[in-house]
Amino acid sequence: DKIRALDPMLKKRDDFEDMLEERRNSSDLRYALRCYTPVLYKGLAPCKASMLKSMVLQSDQLHHVIGQVSRETGRAADDVQEEASAILEEMAHCLQLSTVRFFAFTLSKVFKTLFRSICVNEEGIQRLQQAIQEHPVVLLPSHRSYMDFLLMSYILYTYDIALPVIAAGMDFMGMKFVGEMLRMSGAFFIRRSFGGDKLYWSVFSEYVKTMLKNGFAPVEFFLEGTRSRTSKSLTPKLGLLNIVMDPYLKGEVYDINVVPVSISYERILEEALYAREMLGVPKPKESTSGLFKARKVLSEDYGSIHVYFGQPVSVRSLAQGRVNRCQFNLVPRHIPRRPSEEIQSFVNDSAYRLVRAQEENMVLKPWVLLASLLLQNHHQDQTAGQKRGMVLEELTAQAVWLRDMFREYGAFLHWPVVLLDICVGGQVKPGEPHSTVTPEEELLSQAVIVLSCASYRNQGLHVFLRPALLASAINAASSNLKQEVFNSFSFLRNMFSNEFILCPGATVQDFEEACYLLVKTGALQVTQQELLVTERGQRTVAFLTSMLDPFLQGYQVVCRFLCEEATENLTEKQFVPAVRKFIIKHLLAGRLRYTEVLSSDLQKNSLAALLRLGAVQKIKGRIKLSKVTYSSVFLLRTCVNLTYNC
Amino acid sequence: MLGNTSDRQRIAQQRLRIIAGHLQGPVDGDSAILAAECKAQGSKTDVCREGKTVPRRRQEIMKWNGWGYSDSKFLFNKKGQAEFTGKRYRLSGMIIPGLKDWMEGTFGANLQHKTPATPLLTSSAVQPATLNKAFLEELKSTGIPFSHDAEDRVFRAHGHCLHEIFALREGKFGRVPDMVVWPNCHNDVVKIVELACKHNVCVIPYGGGTSVSSALECPPEETRSIVSLDTSQMNRILWIDEKNLTAHVEAGIVGQDLERLLNESGYCTGHEPDSMEFSSLGGWVATRASGMKKNIYGNIEDLVIHIRMVTPRGVIEKSCQGPRMSTGPDIHHFIMGSEGTLGVVTEVTMKIRPMPEYQKYGSVVFPNFEQGVACLREVAKQRCAPASIRLMDNEQFKFGHALKPQVSSIFTSFLDGLKTFYITKFKGFDPNRLCVATLLFEGDREKVLQHEKQVYDIAAKFGGLAAGEDNGQRGYMLTFVIAYLRDLGMDYYVIGESFETSVPWDRVLDICRNVKARIIQECKDKGVQFPPLSTCRVTQTYDTGACVYFYFAFNYRGLSDPVHVYEQVEHAAREEILANGGSLSHHHGVGKLRKEWMRDTVSNVGVGMLKSVKDYVDPDNIFGNRNLL
Repeated sequence: DKIRALDPMLKKRDDFEDMLEERRNSSDLRYALRCYTPVLYKGLAPCKASMLKSMVLQSDQLHHVIGQVSRETGRAADDVQEEASAILEEMAHCLQLSTVRFFAFTLSKVFKTLFRSICVNEEGIQRLQQAIQEHPVVLLPSHRSYMDFLLMSYILYTYDIALPVIAAGMDFMGMKFVGEMLRMSGAFFIRRSFGGDKLYWSVFSEYVKTMLKNGFAPVEFFLEGTRSRTSKSLTPKLGLLNIVMDPYLKGEVYDINVVPVSISYERILEEALYAREMLGVPKPKESTSGLFKARKVLSEDYGSIHVYFGQPVSVRSLAQGRVNRCQFNLVPRHIPRRPSEEIQSFVNDSAYRLVRAQEENMVLKPWVLLASLLLQNHHQDQTAGQKRGMVLEELTAQAVWLRDMFREYGAFLHWPVVLLDICVGGQVKPGEPHSTVTPEEELLSQAVIVLSCASYRNQGLHVFLRPALLASAINAASSNLKQEVFNSFSFLRNMFSNEFILCPGATVQDFEEACYLLVKTGALQVTQQELLVTERGQRTVAFLTSMLDPFLQGYQVVCRFLCEEATENLTEKQFVPAVRKFIIKHLLAGRLRYTEVLSSDLQKNSLAALLRLGAVQKIKGRIKLSKVTYSSVFLLRTCVNLTYNC
Repeated sequence: MLGNTSDRQRIAQQRLRIIAGHLQGPVDGDSAILAAECKAQGSKTDVCREGKTVPRRRQEIMKWNGWGYSDSKFLFNKKGQAEFTGKRYRLSGMIIPGLKDWMEGTFGANLQHKTPATPLLTSSAVQPATLNKAFLEELKSTGIPFSHDAEDRVFRAHGHCLHEIFALREGKFGRVPDMVVWPNCHNDVVKIVELACKHNVCVIPYGGGTSVSSALECPPEETRSIVSLDTSQMNRILWIDEKNLTAHVEAGIVGQDLERLLNESGYCTGHEPDSMEFSSLGGWVATRASGMKKNIYGNIEDLVIHIRMVTPRGVIEKSCQGPRMSTGPDIHHFIMGSEGTLGVVTEVTMKIRPMPEYQKYGSVVFPNFEQGVACLREVAKQRCAPASIRLMDNEQFKFGHALKPQVSSIFTSFLDGLKTFYITKFKGFDPNRLCVATLLFEGDREKVLQHEKQVYDIAAKFGGLAAGEDNGQRGYMLTFVIAYLRDLGMDYYVIGESFETSVPWDRVLDICRNVKARIIQECKDKGVQFPPLSTCRVTQTYDTGACVYFYFAFNYRGLSDPVHVYEQVEHAAREEILANGGSLSHHHGVGKLRKEWMRDTVSNVGVGMLKSVKDYVDPDNIFGNRNLL
């Protein structure tokens, strides 16, 4: 059983069907106007948006908070009630079938132009249909593109499944017309931050809970909180997950089914935008006119999309033996309370599990492998000062080797029968920027390409993450002793837990998993005392180590920056531009190998990690080296030394 | 003067009524006797001559491996119709046409697949008695009757938990008491307990034997001789105090005798647990019992004025009968709920009330359970609950329907059809969602009618429709026969049981839904081949919450160890109850069945407190049934 848990090869996955195929062969209009009769939870009749609002406004919880706010601020209760009502008005969706039909029509047209296929696992759809009838459902898609939630609703409409209500960021509201359209297709809008606003939180959580526990519609939101610009999964945000789990924990529903959905794009619409954004070109504010300008994307080929509806996860079974629900017995359930430590850690662990479930079912295309190989090769070239790229035959041979390795590690690979019919002959390497003026500009345009490539590579990172951490740990450790390797594994893992999906507290399991995989593939021998890399394992270990290298160098350079250049008054806002300047200087001087470290995502993650580890502190918005100088210097040293060793 | 005349009139009327009752037996009509009708009337000789229902040899009138009287049971007659035998109940001798279909439809049971019980008790299968000779010798000299006959011992080794009855039906006996003693009065008990202490004998008090908490099970690890102390012969009303409205009663009296004897003097206690035909006053005190009509009369803790209990340390009792005292923690509360771990309750002084002038049943149909609960909550809020108000869910409503006896006239069945039509078609109630509340009003006529109107008005606000007295009355009658029905189920591969809890109002709907769903899920997970019956009802209302009963039964064909499966599911259901803010028990008690949750229920310190009381009162664990702690 333990083996089964550890061995990703044993995971069974469903087959895909291309849902665009039918769209290409029949009328879109008829499709948009067809009879749509989804099955609801326990055969409920659908609830009107207005009724939902009044249920929320009359709820005990909101009533309580309104009273509280009114007492605390001295405002009249009616006044506060009024405000609550306005918040709800701003937030609430008003799903209309006519709008959905409009989207069904237009999206059919758009999707057919943009994508070659949209593949969906129909068994997953059937499971979802079943799940919706049994218990309230929460849909948790991965988030890589604005397209995600339109796509989700489009798929569910196509398969005659209840349309979800979707938590969307307030930024969409800026786009006047589109915002309203989205609202009418089931989106509800939440402010990005409302930390201390009790009333807002209360309206928001009650709104979500009311929809969920009455089973009016599946609730959909993005665990990652925002679109991942790097194609790596983001550390899950817990706010909404806390809210949707609450009705189960408080016994208001028997169970809740959570369905992780993995959406893999062959090419993401926002690809180039993301790279620019991470290099410091600010992202354009969402506006309707901007959307129209973006229509040139329509003329490009974005390949195919794979959408995998994962196994529904029962919140009840997640909580079994972990949460003592009696803790809600002694205080009225409608009085909002901070979740206990027990519940916080439960929700946190569940969130990580669910993100990993998303990762596991992400479909990987050959490009992911090629990008990984090309990037590694590119960096070797750079160190050697050459610009030769790779011979196609060599690339193909390496890709086949890597493909087999991916498979052994349980990756969900889609390997077409005929490959690379586009690139014929010659040498393959990351593209060359066209005309450039200054070396800095040249560097930045180069970086755009490298970061785009890296975003392909990153799609496959989760497959190798644990073995790669182990490989790096073996390299970094001063001996082969198991304990030493474990210590450096544990350090690396801890340091990178803002960067990758690594569940806090699971160090030992991760270590075991990594050992298991490396041993299974013959790269490692584990004796009583030692971990030994085998002869044939050298290549694997070298590959794995260089997967993590850019990240290690990124963390290292941030550490160095903080030690050498951070002034007394460095604010959080100034941090990224300052680090960027520092890095550009070093890159141009040839002291850094990886252009990738220019990624602001990497820089922010390393700062977050250093803050978490206590090496630096944030005092009144300013970043300072920790007062506990000894330990922080030690930490930074270790970090730097490690990367030198690699 | 005026008052005096009316008083005299009242007493005269009462006398007349009682005499008439003796002469005619129960009469139909709106008199108070109606309530007694659905209970057992007992055999004539018992009623008139001695007033005793329970003989020393219980097996003379009761089943050894099932519920209740030997002459009363459900069976399928040669035509395949369900029938209830005997003469004791309203349903006795009647055909119940709907029961067969209901059993087949609900459980997938089949009349061809029978699981008959072992017909006779084989004494040789019973462990030989471990007798303490010295104790026996001294006991003989006291003249208190005793027995070590196997049948007598087996009879007192169990309550009515499913596993206990299942084992009996299979002819399996575990550890049973080694002898049975029948004290006749308080002093007899004092002597027995003294001897037990002297000779280190384990004593397990036995009242009516209706426990559903494994409380009567002998601890298998007990090596001492176990004496079952049967209180059934201590069944007299010692005096009635009409000035203070109290009665002093021996604790072995069973509920039906107590009520009947008091009724003869024009009084009642109003304490009517569902088990009142067989359960005893001492048992009520020892488990903190609750009665159907507690809204008027209160639960046992409200009814008790004075308790006398014999413990290994001596006799515990209060010195006066003041209606309330501020004298430290109430020692009665150490006794009530002690479940036979501290001593034997021998005599109790209880409140009594004049018999109600008028009783009226009623029922209300609600479109769904949610509305029904909302109505009960409102009734509780306005503190206008009738003597009894119970809300059955849809499954129980259907079950109640299946138990309708064959109607004699075409007119009645036509009327029934008309009612159904009105409710489902005209009022648009979904027959698969509607539910029924049954009501019982008591008091003087005027007030009852007024009260009735108030309750029906509230019900109307929640979409409730009055559904007639007949439905209400049948609901209460079912209370007494439902236990017999389990025996019928067990003849056909169906096992089940009920269990209860109490829960705050805001949790009632949640707990009902979740526990029912948990039962269904657990059955599925444990490999039960047929969908189970998982239903509930709200049986009592309080200011802040309600008592909820769950009924759970399933067809166990295809399972190798059905009782184990049953126990696992019940265990899971109890966990679910606790996780949903329900209590460990409302009135069934803890016994040994629910012991594991005591610490979580009352905290470590709470358990410590109870333990220290036990350690002081009974340091040698003479009362060694090992309940509660």
